[in-house]
Amino acid sequence: MTPVRTPLDAVRLRADFPILAREIAGRPLAYLDSANTAQKPRQVLDAMTRFYEASYANVHRAVYQIGVEATEAFEAVRPKVQALLNAPSEREIIFTRNATEAINLVAYSYGRTNLGPGDVVVATEMEHHSNLVPWQALAAATGAEIRYIHLDANGELDLGELAEIARAGQVKLLAVVDQSNSLGTVNPIRELADWVHGQGGVLLVDGAQSVPHRPVDVQALGADFLAFSGHKLCGPSGAGGLWGRRELLEAMPPFLTGGEMIRSVRLTGTTYNELPWKFEAGTPAIAEVVGMGAAIDYLSAIGLDEIHTHEAAISAYALDRLGEVPGLTVHGPTDPSRRGGVISFSLDGAHPHDIAEILGADGVCVRAGHHCTQPVMAHLGVVATTRASFYLYTVRDDVDRLIDGLHRVRSIFRL
Amino acid sequence: MDDLYREHILDHYAHPRNHGTIEGADATAEGMNPLCGDELTVDLRIDAGRIADIKFHGRGCAISQAATSMLTELVEGRTVDEVAALTKDDLLAELGIPLSPVRLKCALLGLGTLRVALNRHSGTPLPEGWSGMDEVDWR
Repeated sequence: MTPVRTPLDAVRLRADFPILAREIAGRPLAYLDSANTAQKPRQVLDAMTRFYEASYANVHRAVYQIGVEATEAFEAVRPKVQALLNAPSEREIIFTRNATEAINLVAYSYGRTNLGPGDVVVATEMEHHSNLVPWQALAAATGAEIRYIHLDANGELDLGELAEIARAGQVKLLAVVDQSNSLGTVNPIRELADWVHGQGGVLLVDGAQSVPHRPVDVQALGADFLAFSGHKLCGPSGAGGLWGRRELLEAMPPFLTGGEMIRSVRLTGTTYNELPWKFEAGTPAIAEVVGMGAAIDYLSAIGLDEIHTHEAAISAYALDRLGEVPGLTVHGPTDPSRRGGVISFSLDGAHPHDIAEILGADGVCVRAGHHCTQPVMAHLGVVATTRASFYLYTVRDDVDRLIDGLHRVRSIFRL
Repeated sequence: MDDLYREHILDHYAHPRNHGTIEGADATAEGMNPLCGDELTVDLRIDAGRIADIKFHGRGCAISQAATSMLTELVEGRTVDEVAALTKDDLLAELGIPLSPVRLKCALLGLGTLRVALNRHSGTPLPEGWSGMDEVDWR
């Protein structure tokens, strides 16, 4: 596809997404839950159907024609991911089920090999549970200590704590989210990379909420590992990936073992396959990876810069309009340039579940809950928030319907 | 939607009955719904096999707060055995609103917590075969 490189026309793009034509209670969907999972364009659905109908077979083994085609279609996605992340080599792209599996791969294969008593693994208070629990488990298994960078009153990381963390022991790894899924905060990754490298440690970036929404360059960020999920970038669920620096991946033992990841197996021992297949045991999510490739093509043709600009405009509009709702508090950074297209809020007198229920009955889809970030909820002093999140297909009308729905909530609860 | 947030639900939410704590309670249990982080504590005073007093407090949505408020009115003065035999359908009939599977957990949080408290005090059976209750964490 030829890059379009014009301002993004969300109204036109919506026609690519069949589900957006669905009606709930006579109203079209206002899907404001893309931080949870993104909807799929026809181009992705068609690519997967075509693949299943014409070329489906297992990969890396069949000598017949469709087996060759399946392998080619699957492997053709690796350079697409490489380009998306500006990774130095496609050998550094490992397909996983999702970001969670990618993070666990690093926690097990890198973490259990390189960390021990006296070492420190650093995470932050704003991490999604998927970038928190694996490090707690790693600390428990290895005797390493886990330290956290806490949030300030503005929902941003308190980097003043770094000096004290450095004194706690040998910092071996810092795991940090590029953009918070519950607060929308965009973190200073480059600064954190320089700090952890200065400590002799490595940096893992959780890119689940940034890779789908703006250009992400692993080299410019100074990352050593980056995890992402395909389903949040308009691909199918079940495919995602890990990028890692080659010398680190080469030195790491396999995560899962079995077929695919071997070079030769004898009863006396096994030699492992080379990168990236060393980390891809078993039959992968073949059609899902192909679908993820189609999604990357789709987003790249529109342009990640254009998507980011569109979301920033929608976010600014939404922040403005949310300000009209009495008793509503927006959580996270107040400066729109410090946040992505994710807005968590509380409404005095109404619980998030009730808000989401009332909005949902009208076709407005928002998330209510802790967003897999319970420490963030504890920091905010709430049990849950309501969250609206945006993507390339979000239009002002979606935001207007959110605002109308919030007024309706206030009216039902007589606020 | 107007089906769900009917007058009696909103009334119990705005003015929960038996809200608070009991000093020196005979039985207490805490429940939480990890799905939404809602928390609930139920305190009981039990006198001669009857629920002489019941109080609850916690943080939750309109459905869980109203359902628990109505539950306390339903069980006050009744015997422990009667209350332990109360089914989810008894409570749902009292609520009288249609609930999706996710909201069912909200509605049943109070009843499950109460039955844990009774189990601790009198050894009455815990809820059995309650689909939808399996994710509720009884601490």
